[in-house]
Amino acid sequence: MRHLLGTTDLSREDAILLLDTAAQMAATQEREVRKLPTLRGKTVVNLFFEDSTRTRISFEAAAKRLSADVINFSAKGSSVSKGESLKDTALTLQAMGADAVVVRHWASGAAYQLAHGGWLHGSVLNAGDGTHQHPTQALLDAFTARRHLVADPTGQGLDGLTVAIVGDVLHSRVARSNVHLLNTLGAHVVLVAPPTLVPVGIEPWPCTVVHTLDQAIETYDIDALMMLRVQRERMSGGGDAFFPSPAEYSRIYGLDADRMNRLPDHAIVMHPGPMNRGLEISAEAADSPRSVIVEQVANGVAVRMAALYLLLAGEEGAQ
Amino acid sequence: MTGTIMGAADISRALTRIAHEIVERNDGAADVVLMGIPTRGLPLAHRLAARIADIDPGFDAETACGALDITMYRDDLFKNPTRTIGTTSVPDAGIDDAVVVLVDDVFHTGRTIRAALDAIRDIGRPRAVQLAALVDRGHRELPIRADFVGKNIPTARSERVNVHLEELDGEDAVLLTKGA
Repeated sequence: MRHLLGTTDLSREDAILLLDTAAQMAATQEREVRKLPTLRGKTVVNLFFEDSTRTRISFEAAAKRLSADVINFSAKGSSVSKGESLKDTALTLQAMGADAVVVRHWASGAAYQLAHGGWLHGSVLNAGDGTHQHPTQALLDAFTARRHLVADPTGQGLDGLTVAIVGDVLHSRVARSNVHLLNTLGAHVVLVAPPTLVPVGIEPWPCTVVHTLDQAIETYDIDALMMLRVQRERMSGGGDAFFPSPAEYSRIYGLDADRMNRLPDHAIVMHPGPMNRGLEISAEAADSPRSVIVEQVANGVAVRMAALYLLLAGEEGAQ
Repeated sequence: MTGTIMGAADISRALTRIAHEIVERNDGAADVVLMGIPTRGLPLAHRLAARIADIDPGFDAETACGALDITMYRDDLFKNPTRTIGTTSVPDAGIDDAVVVLVDDVFHTGRTIRAALDAIRDIGRPRAVQLAALVDRGHRELPIRADFVGKNIPTARSERVNVHLEELDGEDAVLLTKGA
């Protein structure tokens, strides 16, 4: 692997290698000394054109636990706000000797452009681009699900499991990354969303679409329920709203105690964070023993350590 | 001299002798923890533990055995294709104040053991670290020596030493082959 840009082209073999490596990384994080010397002398640049404290500190922690040097570059108050192009930013990072660039950008395809523009020698990790892909989030979701739902998980996929993803699929790169990765790993994906929040052209996606959460719970044997965040600006009011009111969304798509109790006993509840308690998920559901939301954050560091290791260790390519 | 250097009986005798040496050197096996270095150090560590338990009935072969994967501590990570990370398992009691005996199949440049010493340092602070190897083939690149050796095999740098073990390869043998 040279870059990690999305989950669409990720082979099952590579996905399982990433998850297995993440499991070994997670094991090292239970020790007293959690720092490993593995990537000493390598430089990882966090290039963030969009605010994202969680993803940035998760990548930063992952790189530091592997002894890489970390440079944080946020677009706000930087050369980018003075009008610098992506290309010139990339050339600057190249000149500073970046071995890996973790990029979060508001434009779909920015990570691909950065990786294939011929501006950088290093590896590119997509930390979310527009409404396109967010591969490390999907990997940490798969890792968390595998840990809870698959006995003796090493080397295994998620074969035969059913994962429901509920909420704003239209604007969600997390949903897009998850649909493809979960399918690659052998799981059946059920998307649950109001028709206004289902993307046009969803037919070729390897998943099933239903329009109410109750219908999903009644029809499918759900092993993992993944709630997506409702972004406030999309909620209601004016002609550009996607659903009539937050209360109506909550009634039809929100996860409350009643719906949670109708899930199979072993089912887990996931959320990529940050949560809107009382909107897409009730406090009872978020704080229940089935909720693995806090664990997802810890697993995120292990998965990002695995991605950095697999991209940066090994022979230098044709440079 | 190429071909089979040690057969099943030779390997078995060498391990029995090493087990006795470990017990003798440490005045019993009370504090001994065997850490096998994957891949083939692991079954060797288990075999040594079983033999030590035969000598010293107070020694629990199950709880005093661990695995130490050194991939993330190697000094050649950027000179070879990406390596898969193996499992490290430490006995529940930890290794603080224990006598850790590192177990590997072939002792060669010493770089693996250098990495293992770094890995040990991140896991705990043993009272002492010792090294047991089934084969010492020479060509050290670091000032590291073994405490317990099954057999010294003089080799040329270009030759290869392969250890086959019943658990992984279906037979017990040490093979020496000419290099390219």
